[in-house]
Amino acid sequence: MDPLKLSLFELNKAVQQKKISCLELTEFFLKRIEKLNPQLNAYLAMNLKAKEQAKELDQKDLSQFKLAGLPMGIKDMLCTKDLKTTAASKILENFIPPYDATLVKKLKKQGVVILGKLNQDEFAMGSSNENSYFGAVKNPWNLEFVPGGSSGGSAAAQSAKLAAATIGTDTGGSIRQPASFCGVVGLKPTYGRVSRYGIIAFASSLDQAGPLTANIEDAALMLEVIAGHDPMDATTSQKKVPEFSKNLTRDIKGLKVGILAEALQGGLHPDVEKSLQSGIEALKKEGAEIFEVSLPLLKHSISVYYLIAASEASSNLARYDGVRFGYRAPMNESGSTLDEFYSKTRGQGFGKEVKRRIMMGTYCLSSGYIQAYYEKACRVRRLVLNQYNEAFKKCDVILSPVSANPAFKIEEKISDPLQMYLNDLFTTSTNLAGLPGLSVPFSLSQNKLPIGLQLTAKAFDEQTLLNVGLALERNSLVKTENPHVI
Amino acid sequence: MNSESIKKTAQLAKLALSEKELAEVTDQLGLILQHFQKISEIPTDNIEPLLTPTEIENFWREDVVQQELSPEEILQNAPLSQGHLFKVPPVVG
Amino acid sequence: MSSNQYEAVIGIETHIQLKTKSKIFCADATNFEASDNENASAISAGMPGTLPVLNKEVVEMAIRTGLALNCHIRKDSVFSRKNYFYPDLPKGYQISQYDKPICENGFVEIWLNGKHQKVSITRAHLEEDAGKSTHFGDYTLINLNRAGVPLLEVVSGPDMHTAQEAAEYGRTIRQIVRYLDVCDGNLEEGSLRCDVNISVRKKGQQTLGTKVEIKNINSFRFIEKAVEYEFERQVDAVESGQKIIQETRLYDPDKNRTFSMRTKEDAEDYRYFPDPDLLPVILTDEKISSHKKNLPEMPSVKMQRFMSQLELGESDALFLTSEKNIADYFENVFLESNNAKSSANWVTTELMRELNSRNVKIEDSPVEAKRLGQLIQLIDKKTISGKIAKTLLIEMWTNSKGPEEIAKEKNLTALNDSSQVEKIVQQVIDDNPDQAAEYRSGKTKIIGFFVGAVMKASRGQAQPDLVNQLLLEKLKGP
Repeated sequence: MDPLKLSLFELNKAVQQKKISCLELTEFFLKRIEKLNPQLNAYLAMNLKAKEQAKELDQKDLSQFKLAGLPMGIKDMLCTKDLKTTAASKILENFIPPYDATLVKKLKKQGVVILGKLNQDEFAMGSSNENSYFGAVKNPWNLEFVPGGSSGGSAAAQSAKLAAATIGTDTGGSIRQPASFCGVVGLKPTYGRVSRYGIIAFASSLDQAGPLTANIEDAALMLEVIAGHDPMDATTSQKKVPEFSKNLTRDIKGLKVGILAEALQGGLHPDVEKSLQSGIEALKKEGAEIFEVSLPLLKHSISVYYLIAASEASSNLARYDGVRFGYRAPMNESGSTLDEFYSKTRGQGFGKEVKRRIMMGTYCLSSGYIQAYYEKACRVRRLVLNQYNEAFKKCDVILSPVSANPAFKIEEKISDPLQMYLNDLFTTSTNLAGLPGLSVPFSLSQNKLPIGLQLTAKAFDEQTLLNVGLALERNSLVKTENPHVI
Repeated sequence: MNSESIKKTAQLAKLALSEKELAEVTDQLGLILQHFQKISEIPTDNIEPLLTPTEIENFWREDVVQQELSPEEILQNAPLSQGHLFKVPPVVG
Repeated sequence: MSSNQYEAVIGIETHIQLKTKSKIFCADATNFEASDNENASAISAGMPGTLPVLNKEVVEMAIRTGLALNCHIRKDSVFSRKNYFYPDLPKGYQISQYDKPICENGFVEIWLNGKHQKVSITRAHLEEDAGKSTHFGDYTLINLNRAGVPLLEVVSGPDMHTAQEAAEYGRTIRQIVRYLDVCDGNLEEGSLRCDVNISVRKKGQQTLGTKVEIKNINSFRFIEKAVEYEFERQVDAVESGQKIIQETRLYDPDKNRTFSMRTKEDAEDYRYFPDPDLLPVILTDEKISSHKKNLPEMPSVKMQRFMSQLELGESDALFLTSEKNIADYFENVFLESNNAKSSANWVTTELMRELNSRNVKIEDSPVEAKRLGQLIQLIDKKTISGKIAKTLLIEMWTNSKGPEEIAKEKNLTALNDSSQVEKIVQQVIDDNPDQAAEYRSGKTKIIGFFVGAVMKASRGQAQPDLVNQLLLEKLKGP
């Protein structure tokens, strides 16, 4: 039996039927990690109790679990009890949370074995995973290329099959873009669908965690497990969570798919453009009704996104002050003031990109500028949401590229932050409107790098998103290919 | 955006930046904000700021006490502590 | 003195610690006596990934307080983040209501110089308390037990002009929150904290002077003294041509003076913005009006009612309404006795004396309001005399039976049987022929002597009215 060929549903069944034990499955993935991680730098810290926990699971009645003994990797933004959680930052280098994020608790409750913590851009700020204090992650399809970011470790690990599934977080595309670059399925749920409790905050009104998986069915099952109201997070919806995996259907006849008009107006890498066109053809073939929808504010959404995200981040990251946890700068015994204590700790503890965004956010919230930057951005944000609402009067889902280009080379863009930001054109507006977004691996570029297509649906309508995703997946050209490292 | 306002911002954000870092961030943020400022052209009269993007019902917790962590666990990550208290450089003086 | 050409302009910010079991945004306990960081959690320590969830009871208490302060209750109040760095502020921001507070535009009535006087309330907003820093020479220690304790900050208008008004305002706020049972009002433990803003100006002048804030004064008496001192200090400064600097000062009760704590040269830039972790607090009209219906009668209204309807004097009414428990007790006594004046007398003097000497709170009084009412009724029915009633009250302290039953048991009922009293009266007259003769010769004042003697002979049980009547008859002589 090859665990790599099985879906989560099938793996769970195999474990339930004792065809493979939890321990064997865990050891299988640990061996892969041992072999491949040195090339990829996807895992930052391993759960040293993984085998022990798998053994314990083997003693239990597994019938209560949906993901019995399935080994998974978690982005380092999520707090894991007694397991180092750093957000890939020096400032949290030695932080060991005494608590689990709600999402992690939910996974454990379904029998998941946590393998370890996955690399990312520091505090999830980045689109290439080059902003990690612990070094860049490599793209399993080509080690010279970035895996995307910020959930680069999660995407790379999933792509190289160093876990049965992984968890990432998405503030402006951080699940969908690396999923696209690494050829895996990446799902950003609706804002409020999944608890943020225990997930290190980057931008509170934009952050959502979600799964990166081998296929759509796995994503549906994962969402089902991690979603739901959490009394520890007042911004989770109390809506009932549908049985996404059970309701999954690829029958999309008559479904209205809007093609993002702005994506058809040029500016796409030729391989991405080709991918989008064949995606449109595939959905037509599956019986969907296809037409164009426009989001005229799209070009402004990056600005709105960065202004809001940086503002919220500047406040969210104020707690890293060297007082109660985390890095503290060494002090001269004599004459160091409180101010120096803070400034040195934070100046030394945060990386370049994080400092840049804290500066930007602090500036945008400061007196005299808040109206023009933060507040203005929040007003335009409402207009962005209004445009989506208009679009969804006409269609059920919107199809667009995830990114205008496939993965780029490591160090290619890192020196120009603005160009790096503009890379997030197609993903940030989804977060601004709180909508669910899905990245489906669809084709390969000329130099054999995966390209994903993005679907966006109405708030809390992940089911339609997944159904259309399934129809796309059936026509995907990536499925049969494997990343270079495998 | 000038070096003066950057310095003030760094002071507010409590970030010690070297002269080189200051110069770099002044240039970069200047360019970035110049680009972002294009949103000022979008009319937003009578448009309320949007904060939480989706409709989520009010949820308040009941007034119930629950103690989950011990003082030792609260302090386990502290860079410096004394007894069950966090220790920091002198606040006054 | 030139100071009488000046007037003070005073506004007060009161931090009311709401009496919830748990904190405003997490489930930590709020008890004052907890050991170091015992009442801290991942949330109150601001650990990564933790989130605030609003305590329902905090909202209820804020609505009730707002209504009692005659405020408009906002149906959509918003929690914002006030960003600044301080070691006892775990998240690097304080969650506090900013531009949309839960209560706005109210007033309280304070009782001063024999009349009620209005002080406006600008707003009352919810916020979380910070932790506690203890400073030593070369280091500071941080305790987070207090971090996240719910506070309602009540801001008065700059309506007050004298030290007495300021102190009375503070007392009234304390009285109201204790009536509502939303705060224990303990200034020493800091569950009620007053910051006083004061400026001076020439009388008749419209513009305001530079204001100085006096922080954390821990008694109302000290508010009065601090304001008096600060007023003089500022007037002296202005008179001698100095500029008042905007600053925060502390009051030192030992030296009876204020001294500078820090100046506010640069206004701190707090970068307030709505906290995205908390949704706006949405309230319905139904909720607000149901709270309004269930609000207890406020002390100022109660006092006026006691004076106008029950015809109590000012000082009795003031005392009886000073605490809700006293007022409740009194009203229950009155309910039973149906004699307001007598009930007021018994509560304010006899009962209070006993309670104070035994250090017992009125709500724990072993003589319940109902039994005290029954006791008063016995006096009014002339079953017992006032003197016996006092003896009975002491008896009732340790005996839970009804006063009438105790009186019977102890043979303390008044002698209403006129034949018995008549015997005693006759005996006393017979025993004192000289005095009887004096009376008959016209010195009628001596009747007091006979009354005393009869009462003594009857061990206080004879009805004074009856004794009087019989004496008058018998002394007229044959």
